[in-house]
Amino acid sequence: MVMFRRAFLAFLLLASAPVAAQERFITVASTTSTDQSGLFGHLLPAFKRASGIDVRVVALGTGQALDVGRRGDADVVFVHDKPAEEKFVAEGFGTARVQVMYNDFVVIGPKADPAKVAGLKDVAEALRRIHAAQAPFVSRGDRSGTHAAELRYWQDAKIDLATAKGAWYRDVGQGMGPALNTAAGMNAYILADRATWLNFKNRADLAIVVEGDEKLFNQYGVILVNPARHPAVKKDLGQAFIDWLVGPDGQKTIADYKIGGEQLFFPNAVPARPRS
Amino acid sequence: MSTFADAFAAAASLVAQGDARLYAIVALSLQVSLAATAVAALIGLPLGAFVALARFPGRRAAVAALNAMMGLPPVVVGLVVYLLLSRAGPLGAFGLLFTPGAMVFAQTILIAPILAALARQTIEDAWAEHGEQLRSLGASLPQAGATLLWDTRFALTTAILAGFGRASAEVGAVMIVGGNIDGVTRTMTTAIALETSKGDLPLALGLGVVLIATVFAVNAAAAWLRDATQRRFG
Amino acid sequence: MARPILPLVLDRVSLDIGGTRIVSDFTLRLEPGQRTVVVGANGAGKSMLLRLCHGLVAPTGGSIAWNGDPAGRQAMVFQRPSMLRRAALDNVAYGLKLRGVPRAEREARAAEMLARVGLSHIARRPARVLSGGEQQRVALARAWALAPEILFLDEPTASLDPGAARAVEDIVLAMASEGTRIVMTTHNLGQARRIADEIVFVDKGRIAETAPSDRFFTAPATPAARAFLKGELPW
Repeated sequence: MVMFRRAFLAFLLLASAPVAAQERFITVASTTSTDQSGLFGHLLPAFKRASGIDVRVVALGTGQALDVGRRGDADVVFVHDKPAEEKFVAEGFGTARVQVMYNDFVVIGPKADPAKVAGLKDVAEALRRIHAAQAPFVSRGDRSGTHAAELRYWQDAKIDLATAKGAWYRDVGQGMGPALNTAAGMNAYILADRATWLNFKNRADLAIVVEGDEKLFNQYGVILVNPARHPAVKKDLGQAFIDWLVGPDGQKTIADYKIGGEQLFFPNAVPARPRS
Repeated sequence: MSTFADAFAAAASLVAQGDARLYAIVALSLQVSLAATAVAALIGLPLGAFVALARFPGRRAAVAALNAMMGLPPVVVGLVVYLLLSRAGPLGAFGLLFTPGAMVFAQTILIAPILAALARQTIEDAWAEHGEQLRSLGASLPQAGATLLWDTRFALTTAILAGFGRASAEVGAVMIVGGNIDGVTRTMTTAIALETSKGDLPLALGLGVVLIATVFAVNAAAAWLRDATQRRFG
Repeated sequence: MARPILPLVLDRVSLDIGGTRIVSDFTLRLEPGQRTVVVGANGAGKSMLLRLCHGLVAPTGGSIAWNGDPAGRQAMVFQRPSMLRRAALDNVAYGLKLRGVPRAEREARAAEMLARVGLSHIARRPARVLSGGEQQRVALARAWALAPEILFLDEPTASLDPGAARAVEDIVLAMASEGTRIVMTTHNLGQARRIADEIVFVDKGRIAETAPSDRFFTAPATPAARAFLKGELPW
């Protein structure tokens, strides 16, 4: 009887809810591809050392990240889909959009290359050939920045996906990592950001087949969620993060992030402060 | 096949290195699931006893509802709780979203029905055995409920362990309401999901081995406790 | 001083369950100070009579009238003793616990009752590991601890060996001698003869005959009773 009571008390103690930290922190909604590139693991400790502010990153697709911002559940949004970002600000959910850095997309495909696209420098031409060959192609299909870019490239290739879709086009509705897993499993072509690819370990028979086209340029922007809309937003801490990102320290830290000696992200913040 | 061998190697090296991040993740997983189990027991066991013993219109529907809710999909619960706790939602003022508190909240909703449904059945069976004598002795409904909850404590412990197992195993709810934030809301299951999506399958499997071992350890502790006390009380 | 709960008067009590008539026309008067044993064939309605009197089942017809408020002043013991998963002493103290008696007092009283039924040596043992006879004595001690004015017993020795059954009978007689009204059902006519002042014979859901014990066994008035005794008695 006594033993049971003691055990129950121990159980309650162990189960006592984790104490919420009282430190200074902000919540940043960002994308899975940015998170899985490992950039935040490199960037955030530097910011913490400089400012004492903890950054909690919730990694989702771009569409979902912007939704989180619309609902006021994050203080800052950090994504890579300029039209969607500008719409976000225009609708009053964000104060202003500031550009931070870019990386590039690459087309990944099977080494056997059934569509014969390896070495091309033109992504639209590559997609045309993939469609012509009806070679398996995996799409993220999740309203992410990467997915938005993929749709633009199909348009550039003058291919109407609605009619052209067939068994060869696999819309998986997932983040970059899971989509790459699926592509590896299916030996399919897929559009990915270089950073996630460099970090990705389950490559199977895939490799980069197309890169270097200027259109593959992937621009990142950061936005403070509008405190007028959501009073709980930590606007000072959030702005501090944004200022650091676009300032000399943040930009240098971004450039310093390398995998296997290769730089993944290229800082390109505009030096002057944007008008608010 | 080598992936499995790599997985066990990964698990062993994680534990041997005393990786601080691993221990933080294990600790958080235990805290969230144990807390949710405790709260769910405080709500679910008396609720189950009440439905077992009380007679009220719609009782059959309540029994069916409890049984059905044992199968609530975690990802749906996660989505609903997310909408409730979002700043744009009714409970937004608490600022619980993307914190361990939200994860405990969601998991409590997931497992309270399991505990209530199992308690309901257990107490009903106990009532069949003891009901007339309890009524004869003048027990009120709350007294009978408390007596039978204590009397069936060994069966209820198994139910509680079932609830804990369900909580430890789920990823859908905690991923959505916690956000899998590194160092804050990353649990074993969300870490496994992340490593899988990054393609690091041996590490993901290794974490899976650690997770199963942890849950097994909790169950073993509970079983030892139950056997030790059962020997004393029959 | 509260009114004594006896006499208990049943007036044409009947019970229908799901359209089937289970018992009908139970008319009976239970005076204080007696030991009544209810006999009859299986399924005749003996157990139901007890449950109706005790209040476990509500009649669908007729009336049951106590002289005073019976709440908390009756007790019942069943054929299969209901033992909770705790020590024998705690089982005996349970009825008192329900009434809010403080722990020291109820444990003392429970210990006293266990001594009176001869089970002090197993007070701390888990009740569920005791033998059937011991469990039934614990159940009786539990009822006795409440000092009931009337005690109902439904075939209390049906599952027990003769030695254990005699121990139970001794306890029942001891309680009766302290003033508890006894109402008991049994299949064992020898037991009925040992215990009863009065026999109530139930046949096919009706009270067929009520008589002082001696008269019932030597000169049953009704044909049904005669047939029953002929079938039941081994001599």
